Amino acid sequence: MTTCLQQKLASGHFVLTAEVCPPKGSDCTEFLEKSRHLSAFVDAINVTDNQGATMRISPLAAAALLAREGMEPIFQITCRDRNRLALQSDLLGAAALGIGNVLALTGDHISFGDHKASKPVFDLDSVQLLQTIKGLGEGLDLAGRAVSGAPAFFAGAAAAPEAEPFPLTFYKLEKKVAAGAQFFQTQAVFDPERLRLFSEAVRPLNVKVIAGILLLKSAGMARFVTSNIPGLKVPAPLVEELESAADPMAAGVTIAARLAAACKPYCDGLHIMAMGREDLIPQIVEAVRSEK
Amino acid sequence: MVGGFPLTIDHRPPTIDRFKTMIVSKQKNLDEILAAMAGDGKVFLIGCAKCATVCKSGGEEEVWQMQEALISAGKEVTGSVVIDEACHMLRAGRDLRAKKEMVEEADALLVLACGAGVQSVSAGTPKKTVAGLDTLFLGNIRRFGQFEQKCSLCGECILTETGCICPVTVCPKGLLNGPCGGMDNGLCETDRENECAWFQIYERLQAQGTTDKLKRTVPQKDFSKMLKPGKLKIER
Repeated sequence: MTTCLQQKLASGHFVLTAEVCPPKGSDCTEFLEKSRHLSAFVDAINVTDNQGATMRISPLAAAALLAREGMEPIFQITCRDRNRLALQSDLLGAAALGIGNVLALTGDHISFGDHKASKPVFDLDSVQLLQTIKGLGEGLDLAGRAVSGAPAFFAGAAAAPEAEPFPLTFYKLEKKVAAGAQFFQTQAVFDPERLRLFSEAVRPLNVKVIAGILLLKSAGMARFVTSNIPGLKVPAPLVEELESAADPMAAGVTIAARLAAACKPYCDGLHIMAMGREDLIPQIVEAVRSEK
Repeated sequence: MVGGFPLTIDHRPPTIDRFKTMIVSKQKNLDEILAAMAGDGKVFLIGCAKCATVCKSGGEEEVWQMQEALISAGKEVTGSVVIDEACHMLRAGRDLRAKKEMVEEADALLVLACGAGVQSVSAGTPKKTVAGLDTLFLGNIRRFGQFEQKCSLCGECILTETGCICPVTVCPKGLLNGPCGGMDNGLCETDRENECAWFQIYERLQAQGTTDKLKRTVPQKDFSKMLKPGKLKIER
């Protein structure tokens, strides 16, 4: 099975993906409405996995709902809440439910979320999870036993272009690709020059790069993510730009659209994180789409 | 010879010079301890001369302070003993037998020792036994009163490969193949006061000129090596 996203990237299409957070609850009406609306503008929709260690509906179930309606989900699966049995069994379940794109992640630590007394699992790390996905595709589970169906996932991994020290993170990026990662979806990029350097560094790895764009909704939110979201740092000039804007939300959209356009030359696609304002994604991607 | 056992007794006081790592514990709050002994008028107190002494949770001094606190709370303390290694099952039994009358008179035994110590005490007596400490981790001593976990007792040591900094323990996620996306300028996402374990490893390996070790993909860990309960019998 080759996914639409995989085909588009392989044929050199500039792809757009967006992140939609599944609901805290079993009512997926709004989640589905948002996703349907977004589907017209993006090539695939990331379904987050208890993002920020905050308990929500299973991303496997939410992604399956999207797949059932003919949408293209990217099932985010983290090592925080599942041991290797649960990871593999969810992956097999995803394949059976028609989910082909998987983003293999370590997962934010339990201490960030709403169940702080929970036991963090981390039985595998993201590199080992990618190896697991590859193994299942070759028809073998982690115990070396045969699995039927041999699900061929289009597997991706996370990358942080602005992380320091970059050489240290690069060792892991190499391992992720060796373990089967075919695309990177990056942490939010705020400096396009850093993305350029990143793309240059990973070019020998022959992996697709989908650069992250975060919608900053206000100066307060920019400060909040800087101090509370792992790996995110909004540069001071952007915070000031939001602060002095008469309409911060509009300024946020302008910043995101500007970053998207500036990043486009250095990547194979963009991944828009709108933090609940997915309705604004069409405006953010308008410029980069019209250049298609 | 005591009780048929040749004893080599070390009379030096337990100081941090003698113990470089230990089981780190801290006392439960007094209300919780008193609640556990709500119906018990008479209490026998037990401390430990090793780890709990160095952690200041159950040495001579803390046993004395606990005795004062229990008396203020209206309890009668029938006696006390500080066992030299409460986790040593034979020694714990022997020390309790030496104070047999005081132990028997008590309604409950309050043990200020680690979880291992509590269990070796309770194994030797049918008396109600109350755990007065919370046992935290195997810790290194940074300086007096300051302990840090460096080893998780995982049964499969990889320190040789990681510049002798343990990612299983020092990384809150126990990651084996490098830092997570939360590393920020070499600091950990869970606590910006802490250096990322993989950053520390990276710096150490750089200093040793062996950063090539970072290229090796570490396979899935064998957690069966730390299945509980652990048992070891030295074969001769």
